Amino acid sequence: MKFFTAFLLTVLLSFISGLYLPWWGIAIASFIVSLIVHQKAGKAFAAAFASLFILWSGLAWWINIKNENILSFRIGELLGIGNNPLLLIAITATLGALIAGFAAMSGSFLRSKKA
Amino acid sequence: MRVIPFIISTIITAGLVVACNMKWGVVPPIGKFLSPQHGFWQNAEATDHSFTEDLKFTGVKDKVNVSFDERLVPHIFANNDDDAYFVQGYLHAKFRLWQMEFQTLATAGRISEIVGEKAINYDREQRRMGLTFAAENMAQAIEENEKTRDAVRSYTAGINSYIENMTESELPVEYKLLDYWPEKWSTLKTALFIKQLTKTLSGYSYSNDFQYSNLLTVFSDAEIKILFPYFQDSLAPIIPPGTVYSPAPFTPIVPFDYDSAYLHRKSLIDITQSEKTTPGTGSNNWAISGSKTQSGFPILCNDPHLDLTVPSIWFELQITTPSYNAYGTSFPGIPSVVIGFNDNIAFGFTNGGVDVMDFYEIRFKDDSKSQYWYNDNWTESKIRIEEIKTRNGKSFYDTVAYTVFGPVMYDKSFTHLSSDNKAIAVRWKAHDPSNELLMWWWLDRAKNYEDYYEAIKYFTCPVQNIVFACKRGDIAIWQQGDVPLRWPRQGVYVMPGQNDEYRWQGIISREANPHIINPEEGFVSSANQRATDSTYPYYVPGDYAVYRGYRINKLLSDMNKITPDDMMKLQNDNHNTRAEIIRPLLLQQINENKLTKEEKRLFQIFKSWNLENNPDESGPAIFSNWIDSLRSKIWGDEFTRVNNPIFPELSTLIDGLLRDSNFIYADNINTPQVETVSDMVTASFKSVAPFLLAKERENKLTWAAYKNTTVYHLLKNNALPFAVQGISNGGGEEIINATSHSNGPSWRMVVHLSTITEAYGVYPGGQSGNPGSKYYDNFIETWEAGKYYSLWVMKKSDEIDEKVKWTMKFDKK
Repeated sequence: MKFFTAFLLTVLLSFISGLYLPWWGIAIASFIVSLIVHQKAGKAFAAAFASLFILWSGLAWWINIKNENILSFRIGELLGIGNNPLLLIAITATLGALIAGFAAMSGSFLRSKKA
Repeated sequence: MRVIPFIISTIITAGLVVACNMKWGVVPPIGKFLSPQHGFWQNAEATDHSFTEDLKFTGVKDKVNVSFDERLVPHIFANNDDDAYFVQGYLHAKFRLWQMEFQTLATAGRISEIVGEKAINYDREQRRMGLTFAAENMAQAIEENEKTRDAVRSYTAGINSYIENMTESELPVEYKLLDYWPEKWSTLKTALFIKQLTKTLSGYSYSNDFQYSNLLTVFSDAEIKILFPYFQDSLAPIIPPGTVYSPAPFTPIVPFDYDSAYLHRKSLIDITQSEKTTPGTGSNNWAISGSKTQSGFPILCNDPHLDLTVPSIWFELQITTPSYNAYGTSFPGIPSVVIGFNDNIAFGFTNGGVDVMDFYEIRFKDDSKSQYWYNDNWTESKIRIEEIKTRNGKSFYDTVAYTVFGPVMYDKSFTHLSSDNKAIAVRWKAHDPSNELLMWWWLDRAKNYEDYYEAIKYFTCPVQNIVFACKRGDIAIWQQGDVPLRWPRQGVYVMPGQNDEYRWQGIISREANPHIINPEEGFVSSANQRATDSTYPYYVPGDYAVYRGYRINKLLSDMNKITPDDMMKLQNDNHNTRAEIIRPLLLQQINENKLTKEEKRLFQIFKSWNLENNPDESGPAIFSNWIDSLRSKIWGDEFTRVNNPIFPELSTLIDGLLRDSNFIYADNINTPQVETVSDMVTASFKSVAPFLLAKERENKLTWAAYKNTTVYHLLKNNALPFAVQGISNGGGEEIINATSHSNGPSWRMVVHLSTITEAYGVYPGGQSGNPGSKYYDNFIETWEAGKYYSLWVMKKSDEIDEKVKWTMKFDKK
């Protein structure tokens, strides 16, 4: 249950941060959520990772559908991965997920009792 | 708290954030760039995106309505002129911000700020050419005139209103790739934009002074005169031959030592000029009088040939205010309609090709460059320190000395000009204060010939052939601009700069500029050819085309009952006049016995070619390779005695071969035997045959596949996926449809000045500069097929018309 709450809160707070803060707001959001909803480091990482993976891939996927692949093809070629929007979406999502995961882990360690 | 794990994971997080927020070489800051709420995904515009908006700004005085049609062309309806310019600026910024800023940064020599030290030489050259100096002079002139001052101020306010309200996610994708942020717009930036164009159209691509000077070390001036002739045999000048010119009121005085100090200089000038050539830059324009049209009303046509780019240099729009109603293309970067029409007149441009840039050799007293020898005195130069900032924060300082001629472009510190404090100063008409914007201000509002005539006087540089037609029935063309008054051969070579004798002795009076109004031929036309025949009483060096003008004049003379449709066909004419003229000689001179079976087959293709540079013909590729090879073989031996030589024009070769079958330059001076024209024609064919046969095996011998017309993004090969490649069309250099690999008709326009104006146009690009928009390149297919859009001259009452797809409303805050 905690996992799910953390997951949902991170998605929500990250999305809101994206409206007002620079892109690295997702790190702050994940950090704060893992402080509030305390889990062990591994679980905190996983929840935040999953949040950002879903959030960023979902956003990119939806944008790409509406754009009919116009820009993802061009950027894909520019970055050397060719006309492969799904791969580009996956790279996008993984990057956000990793950063969110580590940020959440920090939050978790900050609240953990000494081992 | 688990301190150590906390520290480690926090360092990893912070490290990732910092690393992904930074540009690594050419890799953009990957976190910022990929974030779906900030980065490039935000530029992926929904294909059903709505451009409808209600906007409020303190900079507008009254309501302005902008209706966008299905091609995203804005039709601006404003209650006053200032508001119209504000909105034009806002729309330019909204759709084209990156290109307009990038081009002005490039002109100002500020690319190092974006890409780092690798651009320093480029930036130095821009600064040493005095482009910012020129733009500052222009900005001052713009500010001194009430009309242009108000127009540019409103336009600037519009751009800056967009920039101020733009969020990071709305930043054009090129900023995200290169990782920088736009500056505020200014009058200087508008002036810089115009100077960039001035450089393209009258910079050193039109003045080969160094190349000619170096030829003097192996050829005499008399020979050079023949090798680079003033007139070509096929010249059909803009002004019909036989026109009577008034004698020149003043003959420039030839310096007493010009024979020894100028025409016989024998020292090489070792200068590397970047971007020396822009082959294919040119244009066609013509106007047909009602006497030759089916409707009895005039038709005006224009297709300016430039490097084809996305985002395009053009942005189409209509501006309607209580004082005028203009439609056409505009330059993102300046206010007004640049090529187009209003309710009464239409206007268009081709480049004059006149050389307005000369070079002077000066001598500094010492390395400080603070004094130079002039009129028997050490004269103070004005020192301008150019600070070139670079991306990493370090600045490069360049000292540029300004002389009576202009800035010292080349000296010891730039492009290895060697010995004893010698340096080269540039005298360029574009440095002089002028206000070209004022011409467009008046042209957009002009009602008749008199208004046009008054408007164009403000245009001084670059020299342009400005075509005109009006509903009242008049047609005209003026070669407009300030042309230096020179003695014969002045400015062909680098001139001595130690005294005032070699300076320009004035400007040809405006009335003496070539022009023609309502000629009995029933049409006026220009295609970058020399404007006049030999009876014109002034010496006007420059770089001119030949065959397009010849073809246009020939076809227009024979045409009657002309319709707009005929004019579209003419703009897309693929006939290769060069080949038409020289092919009989090639067929006659080639020694077929020396050809292999495969070569004979290739030759047969050429022989049976219909002389049209159509997409599916193989003849054009064979011809262009063959004639280029012949050109190198004929001139190579004589000219490679000089480093980086300039070869005579193809027209000179063609004229020479046709005049004299024993053309002396055919002989290769490096061999003991005497080669004939036939030897050279055969050898050049054989030398390109393997290449052509290889192309044929790859299925790339047909013209469209061979030339692979490409509309490059402004970042060229650095952003190749943003380009449109493999466009299948015909045309070519010196053909009316002047489409080569990456240069060609950047806008095609046909305006029929009937009671209700009927106009057609197309440019190879799209209204949006965003590579993530479907409006980025959506005109290219139409352009490729040689088709046009019907240009909708909207009326205020049409706002409810179904052709209006989106509406943008502006109001005061």
